[in-house]
Amino acid sequence: MALALSATIIVIAALLWEVAWPIVAERVARHRAGRRRAPAVGYDPGRERRAEQRARELLRSCVNDEEWGMYRDLGFIRVWGALAEGPDRGAARGGLDGAPYAYLVYPHKPIVAYLPQTGRLLNEYCVAFPDETRPYGSARLPDSDDVLAKWMALTGDERRLIQTANMHLPGRQVDPRQVRRDLWRLGQWERRRLREVSSERAAPPGR
Amino acid sequence: MKPGYGEVLLAEGDPTTREDEERLVAEFRRQLDEGMWAAVPTIAADSGRREAQMVRDFTEIPLDAERVIFFPRAAGG
Repeated sequence: MALALSATIIVIAALLWEVAWPIVAERVARHRAGRRRAPAVGYDPGRERRAEQRARELLRSCVNDEEWGMYRDLGFIRVWGALAEGPDRGAARGGLDGAPYAYLVYPHKPIVAYLPQTGRLLNEYCVAFPDETRPYGSARLPDSDDVLAKWMALTGDERRLIQTANMHLPGRQVDPRQVRRDLWRLGQWERRRLREVSSERAAPPGR
Repeated sequence: MKPGYGEVLLAEGDPTTREDEERLVAEFRRQLDEGMWAAVPTIAADSGRREAQMVRDFTEIPLDAERVIFFPRAAGG
């Protein structure tokens, strides 16, 4: 009886040792290496939504009312080009009339350069703002932060951004048909906005 | 700007006081050392249009700037 009990205990101990040894060995190794287990940060849809909400507020506080309305209604922003070697810009509307070219800034898509007068597409500038530290489990900025980063880089130092970007012919990543459709939508949007502004100015005060 | 989080307040203070200025300068340098770009939202005096001014040194920040926005350095996509 005692022999059988002893044999059973020995078998159980051996099995437990087999199971526990890898765990013990790992913990000992981690302790010796002085490391701690890195907290796993996965994708959290709620956190991403809150981040996008904050990003939209930040974007709204930085860009012009017209640009914010454009982004809110159309999903992209037009930024006028201003490189020195381009033709002189007009004096009206704060020097923006007559700008020879402009950019369409989409979230997480290449910047598309085009000629507003003709609608001709010039180039795609592929640029990203990767955060190598990835503190929150994602390397991508929220959509609105990506647009704001492009907007700030274009209006603040257009040359540096363009030199950093990879330039491609139109159509590499963004469908030219979609861009032309967006330009048509932009034209419609601007006409509607102009009508609204005109009617607001024409309306007598207090009504 | 932080991926997955959006806007994060890094530091705030009055740059006209020495203690705050030192703290703001230290944070500014830390961000640039980490490879971030810095921009100050501005309003053009002549046209009233909003733009951004990229800054590479703390002394380049306009005195009346309300905030400096740091965002990851651009890379070819």
